[in-house]
Amino acid sequence: MREIKFNKAIREATAYCLSEDNMVYVMGLGVPDPKGIFGTTENLLEEFGPERVFDMPIIENGATGIAIGTAIMGMRPIITHQRVEFAILSMEQIVNQAAKWHHMTAGQSKIPLVIRMIIGRGWGQGAQHCQSLETWFAHIPGLKVVSPATPYDAKGLLISSIKDNNPVIFFEHRWLHDTFGNVPEESYEIPLGKANILKHGNDVTLITYSYMTTVSLKAVEILNKMNISVDLIDLRSIKPLDYDTIINSVQKTKRVIVVDNGWTDFGVSSEIISDIATKLGNQLKANPKKIGIENVPIPSTRELAKYCYPNLKTIVTSVLELFDKKVDDAILPEENGMPDVPNKYFLGPF
Amino acid sequence: MKDLKIIKNIEKKLLYEMYRIRNIEFKIAEYYSEQEMRCPVHLSIGQEAVAVGICSYLKKSDSVLSAHRSHAHYVAKGGSLEKMLGELYGKETGCAQGKGGSMHLIDLDAGFLAAVPIVGSTIPIAVGTAWAKKLKRDTSKTVVFLGEGATETGVFHESLGFAALHNVPIIFICENNLYSVYTHLRDRQSPNRSLKEIVEGHGIKHFHGNGNSVEDVSSIFREGTFENENNAPVFFEFDTYRWLEHCGPNYDDHLKYREDSEVSMWKDRCPINTFEKKLIDEGILSHQELEKYLEKLNIEIEEAFKKAKKSSFLSKEHLYEKIYSD
Ligand SMILES: Cc1ncc(C[n+]2csc(CCOP(=O)(O)OP(=O)(O)O)c2C)c(N)n1
Ligand SMILES: [Mg+2]
Repeated sequence: MREIKFNKAIREATAYCLSEDNMVYVMGLGVPDPKGIFGTTENLLEEFGPERVFDMPIIENGATGIAIGTAIMGMRPIITHQRVEFAILSMEQIVNQAAKWHHMTAGQSKIPLVIRMIIGRGWGQGAQHCQSLETWFAHIPGLKVVSPATPYDAKGLLISSIKDNNPVIFFEHRWLHDTFGNVPEESYEIPLGKANILKHGNDVTLITYSYMTTVSLKAVEILNKMNISVDLIDLRSIKPLDYDTIINSVQKTKRVIVVDNGWTDFGVSSEIISDIATKLGNQLKANPKKIGIENVPIPSTRELAKYCYPNLKTIVTSVLELFDKKVDDAILPEENGMPDVPNKYFLGPF
Repeated sequence: MKDLKIIKNIEKKLLYEMYRIRNIEFKIAEYYSEQEMRCPVHLSIGQEAVAVGICSYLKKSDSVLSAHRSHAHYVAKGGSLEKMLGELYGKETGCAQGKGGSMHLIDLDAGFLAAVPIVGSTIPIAVGTAWAKKLKRDTSKTVVFLGEGATETGVFHESLGFAALHNVPIIFICENNLYSVYTHLRDRQSPNRSLKEIVEGHGIKHFHGNGNSVEDVSSIFREGTFENENNAPVFFEFDTYRWLEHCGPNYDDHLKYREDSEVSMWKDRCPINTFEKKLIDEGILSHQELEKYLEKLNIEIEEAFKKAKKSSFLSKEHLYEKIYSD
């Protein structure tokens, strides 16, 4: 199978849906510009024309309402936001209107709407440009929340999201856009609400999603070398959350760590651990743990920001602690000297 | 005679201040590739005249708020250069100890209250600060800088409405540089839209001028504010142009989102060159005098960079501090 980048997988899914269904359109700040939302909408305008692919004024809340209006009329809008922080200007339309519309109309109207939000970190983005707010949306009945970690999942989940008849919030971590992975050329769907078990093991369950999946995969390799076998669950969807897969795994391993992609206070990890506690509380061999972003606003300066994020070592150490083992630094790959960039090719500023 | 000398000195200062901003910005652009200023930067090169034409006529006690492209406003308002560079380098000597970065400048001593990168967000906040001054019988001015893109946001219109309703003494300065990131005005606003009519529709006076002429900017600004006896909100719109990429240290002409002819036309209207030529032609300034100033300026800037580079970072415990006030 060919390898393509995550951003190209998004583009491919979008192009496929645009060509398959002429009710689909893409709207967002910078969609047709030379950078094409980090490469995800490159040349879609040339391919599909300005009625299907277009820019907008800086009107996040208004644009969302307009998209909802078109959705009521049978269209299938895709809205993009280069940062989740811009999307939160449209919380009213998303939370009060889109999420509740089907319910309020007793099913007479539906809102097939995809809102792509880019989350991320690094390069001194600071308090207003690098938050991970998945949990805000996952809290709301009526919304679905998706957050792929691989190019393969990005394509399949985006196609499913566009075909879904509900508002779907689609989170893309900026540091995933340039990662490669196997992606079939043909179209395919990945069901929303289904987690993926990436590694199978018996000793401990590691649950994660989005960018932290890539870090957790490396952690599992190291743990395997230390004879600890891990069930690694990539959630893929945050709402609906695949409680069954989680519970089945933890029932087997009896130990669990959740690696959150966001703040842990009231976070995705909190939800998962509370569910496990209510169902399996007395069966666990160790207290469950959550790992995630320090519960502080992220400072711009890299020297403080670096303490905010869990890394390979944090994950490995946390797992080893469950087994009263210590991490042997020799087994850890050399630290990326610059934890504010995804790779050495990234030279800023966005 | 004395008056003439004062005017000449003022004109020289306006030019010097524009040079100061430009040379600081070009130095940031130059040093950015060293990968030590690790935060997004939105440089103001090409737009110096608006910042200088306004801020030179403000007092220290007057307040300024801005958005993502705020370096020029901060410097022109008298914000500390060392603290700004410290901030860009993420150091504890920065104006927000490195916590904010380029997009969150502040210098309260200089009356520079805030800058944030969410487009439109400082507009209502500025109206609030101006309103508080009115309620507290504080007669100092409040100025908010915004791009033409920000006039598309909802809060822009809400803020104008409130300011007009309560006769808030707020001064809006809109820098129209034609672009929001890579998107030209024509792709964002109807050709029939008139910002002047929108502003006037709220009952607010609108002034319009050449944002590349520091003389135009300052004379229109003075006319509009000093004659504003009942301290009503006022709106100034200035046409100008950004030379470099939206965000970052480079030119981005290779991306072709704007015509080369457009870029070169605006460069021909360089706010610094045109004004410098005038001052020299009129004998107000000599080449030697300017050279001498630029040498001094260069030393000041290099020193400030050296200090910023040498300063230390905050230590880890500061991560948890100043999140909640005591
Ligand atoms: C609410 C919001 N939407 C989108 C953005 C992304 N963005 C950052 S700067 C910018 C352009 C703003 O244009 P303008 O106000 O004209 O200022 P200029 O960059 O031209 O100085 C945009 C869209 C943002 N920061 N905030
Ligand atoms: Mg602009």
